[in-house]
Amino acid sequence: MTSTLNGVNYTVIVDVTLRSGIADPEGATIERALPALGFSGISAVRAGKSFRMSVEADSPASALEKATSLAQRLLSNPVIEDAAARIVEE
Amino acid sequence: MARIGVVVFPGSNCEYDAANAVSALGADTAFVWHSESDLSGFDGIILPGGFAHGDYLRPGALARFSPVMTAVQRFAESGGPVLGICNGFQVLTEAGLLPGALQKNRGLTFLCQPSTLIVTSTRSVLTRSATVGQRLAVPINHFSGSYTCDDTIYDELVANDQIVVRYDENPNGSRDNIAGVSNAAGNVVGLMPHPERAMSTLLGSADGRVLLGSFLGLGAESLA
Repeated sequence: MTSTLNGVNYTVIVDVTLRSGIADPEGATIERALPALGFSGISAVRAGKSFRMSVEADSPASALEKATSLAQRLLSNPVIEDAAARIVEE
Repeated sequence: MARIGVVVFPGSNCEYDAANAVSALGADTAFVWHSESDLSGFDGIILPGGFAHGDYLRPGALARFSPVMTAVQRFAESGGPVLGICNGFQVLTEAGLLPGALQKNRGLTFLCQPSTLIVTSTRSVLTRSATVGQRLAVPINHFSGSYTCDDTIYDELVANDQIVVRYDENPNGSRDNIAGVSNAAGNVVGLMPHPERAMSTLLGSADGRVLLGSFLGLGAESLA
């Protein structure tokens, strides 16, 4: 994290994944390719998206709150996707 | 004469087809740029196909925040007919004006092909001049057209008669062959197939006239 005039910049990662029970054609296609590449013992592959951002806030909780609000309003479609925000150390 | 506004987002590409199709049925049409916020004077609004805002993030995800969508929402809430075709359908689901979501096609292939639709409900503005069970040849042209929703939404769709058209043969993995749905009131409709590309038997099918004619409020007899 880096300090700014108004607080601290936290690095936040938002992971967006399809809700359980929603078909995932990308994950299924990746999984089907694995045997041909020599991988075994890997199953339940789910594809998703990850967003990394710098969030200015006065506490980790408020950085997460801001990122979660963005995730629910824009980064994910709540009809089919779940979103989870986490802070990472750089 | 019905006055129809065709919304144009950066990346829309079916706006001329849509405007020509409803003009051919007698409508007076005008394009509405996505940054506009006034829809007064229109009797109906069409959100055409294409790739609004590049389809970045998800199809429709950014378009729903275009200023015009606030006006579309007000227009819809006041009972005005709103039709989303293909990308326009995706925009309407993202905006929460229609239930469910459109996912990537089963098999991850872009589909551009004829399809046969079966009219499921005549409650909607898109099908009020059609008959239940009527089969319509209307082409599809999409990558993210697999209609998806959870059981709660699906049960509501069935209970309220909101499934407007189904595919005869499921091309993309859509739940229950759903090709188009309406809101509960029936004045907002979205479908993945392109009725504006089925306006002439010379070009394969004129069945799109039934759907777009319904949208304009024309009776079945005038569409024969």
